[in-house]
Amino acid sequence: MSAHTHAHLHVHIPKVRTLVLVWLALICLTGMTTAVSYLELGWMNIVIALLIAVSKASMVAWIFMGVRHTTSLTKLFVVAGLVWLGIMILITASDYNTRNWTYQPMPWANNPAGGLSK
Amino acid sequence: MATLTHGAPEIAASEVNYLNVEHGWKSWLFTTDHKRIAVLYIVSITLMFFVGGFMAVLFRINLLEPEGIFAAETYNRLFSMHGIIMVFFFLVPSIPATLANFLIPIMVGAKDLAFPRINLLSWYLYVIGAFLTMYAVIRGGVDTGWTFYTPYSSTYSNSYVLAAAFGVFVAGFSSILTGLNFIVTVHKMRAPGMSWSRLPLFVWSNYATGLIQVLGTPVLAITLLLLAFERIAHVGIFDPNIGGDPILFQHLFWFYSHPAVYIMILPGMGVISEIVSCFSRKRVFGYNFVAFSSMAIAVLSFVVWGHHLFVTGQSVYTAIAFSFLSMVVAVPSAIKVFNWTATMYKGSVSFDTPMLYAFGFIGLFTIGGLTGLHLASLSTDVAMHGTYFVVAHFHYVMVGGMVMAFMGGLHFWWPKITGRMYPEAWSKFAALIVFIGFNLTFFPQFILGYLGMPRRYHAYPPEFQALNVLSTAGASILGIGYVIPMIYLIWSLKNGPKAGPNPWGAAGLEWQIPSPPTTFNFDETPIVTEEAYNYGPLEEVIG
Amino acid sequence: MADTVVPAGPETAVEDIRLKHHFATSAQQMDADTLGMWTFLITEVLFFGGMFTAYVMYRNMYLGAFASTSQYMNVVLGGTNTAVLICSSLTMALAVRAAQLSNRRHQILFLILTMIFGTAFLVIKGFEYHAKWVEHLVPGFGFQYEPAQYAHHAQILFFLYFAMTGMHALHMVVGLGLLTYLVVQAYRRVFSANYFVPVEMIGLYWHFVDIVWIFLFPLLYLIGHRR
Repeated sequence: MSAHTHAHLHVHIPKVRTLVLVWLALICLTGMTTAVSYLELGWMNIVIALLIAVSKASMVAWIFMGVRHTTSLTKLFVVAGLVWLGIMILITASDYNTRNWTYQPMPWANNPAGGLSK
Repeated sequence: MATLTHGAPEIAASEVNYLNVEHGWKSWLFTTDHKRIAVLYIVSITLMFFVGGFMAVLFRINLLEPEGIFAAETYNRLFSMHGIIMVFFFLVPSIPATLANFLIPIMVGAKDLAFPRINLLSWYLYVIGAFLTMYAVIRGGVDTGWTFYTPYSSTYSNSYVLAAAFGVFVAGFSSILTGLNFIVTVHKMRAPGMSWSRLPLFVWSNYATGLIQVLGTPVLAITLLLLAFERIAHVGIFDPNIGGDPILFQHLFWFYSHPAVYIMILPGMGVISEIVSCFSRKRVFGYNFVAFSSMAIAVLSFVVWGHHLFVTGQSVYTAIAFSFLSMVVAVPSAIKVFNWTATMYKGSVSFDTPMLYAFGFIGLFTIGGLTGLHLASLSTDVAMHGTYFVVAHFHYVMVGGMVMAFMGGLHFWWPKITGRMYPEAWSKFAALIVFIGFNLTFFPQFILGYLGMPRRYHAYPPEFQALNVLSTAGASILGIGYVIPMIYLIWSLKNGPKAGPNPWGAAGLEWQIPSPPTTFNFDETPIVTEEAYNYGPLEEVIG
Repeated sequence: MADTVVPAGPETAVEDIRLKHHFATSAQQMDADTLGMWTFLITEVLFFGGMFTAYVMYRNMYLGAFASTSQYMNVVLGGTNTAVLICSSLTMALAVRAAQLSNRRHQILFLILTMIFGTAFLVIKGFEYHAKWVEHLVPGFGFQYEPAQYAHHAQILFFLYFAMTGMHALHMVVGLGLLTYLVVQAYRRVFSANYFVPVEMIGLYWHFVDIVWIFLFPLLYLIGHRR
């Protein structure tokens, strides 16, 4: 791969129709996520909101940003960035979510507004 | 030394190289040549190293007396500025921005890094960051420690936190750009035939470093920014008054700063691989293992940060996981040490100056690494945390490891960078002085920490005085050990004997081009046909 | 999506003045630029990631307080802004396409449309910020909050709100500057089927900023359900 002897620029030009369809889907999903937020679904609200956001972001990345036609190296880099974000959030959350598994004297935990312990 | 006759000095003298191709300050400040930028970096970080070292001298003097000599506030500012300058303005850019900047394009057979102008931008960002931090120093310094822990840094400290934090923020982008440049260069600029399994290990380790710089540093940037907002608005997300959690700051800070300690050691490991191989005249034992251990260190470094939080309110379950993972990261580090040792086994080992530093590195890094295991163990860390044991541990890794490797690498590639040799006897003497001074400074600190002396205090109980005096005495020897090379290296620029293209008889693309190299490194793109470290029997190479 | 492969001129035998000295071929240069841009975007992911991490932790701790802030968030303006940004992403994608097809007029048109959408976003955001200022919802500057039991924890949310949207808006401003540069260059006929990397790279940046907002909108505006 490091021998760059042949110099074709492989360019994938998207169809206008594809771009417009993605745009339409993004607008619809924006409406949908707003509409769902008016419903009382408990913990499902955030799950649906995030699922919609992830699918919107994926569409933007896959089509608008052209990840679909990039090299596997670029795809690997994109995935690595997201995995590292996941590492940061998940491991930090593992601390906050297991702090109260053992008794620790935390006077602020009795805060009626909800403290570090729920 | 015998090897000096190798090469053709009289031809080299008449040749145009990257140093004499252009003259005047403009040709330096607006250069996009990776070699000139590396030289700019060498000058800048050396300057910062001596500023940071000067602070160390001052607070070591303070610790000669149990009750201290300076005021407590002065002492706090001295050790904080020492940490900030040494970590962010010396250790992080030390090898990547200087030696790697100079060598990576040459080692992969390219004319320059992938983004030469971004490379120059990174140096300017470094300088701006350094100026901001020096402004904080001149105005009176920072007293938060290099870690900027909230809420002290955000609410209570009346020192120049904003200027220093902003300086680190800017310098962080310099580090990101360097890492980005290396990653793209290694992926896309390799010469024909230079496959991944033929890359010198120095390139592998700097590639791994680049990954850490790119993935970690942005988190430090945003954390410092949030800290700055909090300091300005007097309210923020780390503020316990409104329910904020200061430990979250520590999580975010160490998400960068633990991987950052591998930014401060991985490039050094790369240098040692090169030196050990060259002066044992053997291929590095277990090349694949050494290369992949660099990558393993880069990945694992991101899942161990919680061992800095063992004595905070962090969940004990998370702490157990972090303790285990911290043990795991010792495995790839140990692989490297074993493989360097195995490389020397039955090799034709010679004791040139770079090799002396490499010996120093291997021994001191091993001590630093093994004491790291004490601190990775949850139960012993509770006792050791916040004592001089920690200080000694990370100085064995940072100074005994990285600074040794930097000095070794500088001596190894000095003929390539400047085209001149340095006085052999002086350089060996200095290496010895550094080794003695270093151990005298920091070994007593292991004992002090074990006996329970806390770090970051300007005073201590009288029974610790003997060991502290020993440490200060060692620090002055260490300081001399750093000043001697400074003098003879500058002296050698004009007066050193001319070096041929390959004074060490070393393998590697960088030794096949003139010393100093021409602006575009290679007249025509080299085609690589053999593996790295292809050392034949000794007599064939050295003439 | 059409998989048209456009060869870079006749075998790139033509001396390309935009090929920088240290690259062997245009393809190598383009590969390097693309990888460099994606690497930069990863740093951006982690830059915003620090704030998202803080958001996740505090949302778990103070869900009640966070949900109560929804009453102060203007969903109509937020939703409109989401739509505006999505439109700008479409026009940006079309601008890149026009550059790839050497269609200079369309390229300039779509770039300017992108800038108009981007500016509209910032104007709407400005109105929102103004409303927050008037309602004393800026942490550190006379913060007042009803219900009072949440006054403390809501400040954390509003601090994050301003930090995240502010950093996002800053990226928009930078993006507008880059787009201006592109318009000038396109006007000077710099871009064509042989050379459009800057348009594509700045396009990637613009889409990335859009993706950040796609997450900010539900996380900041739609926390609590509405009646």
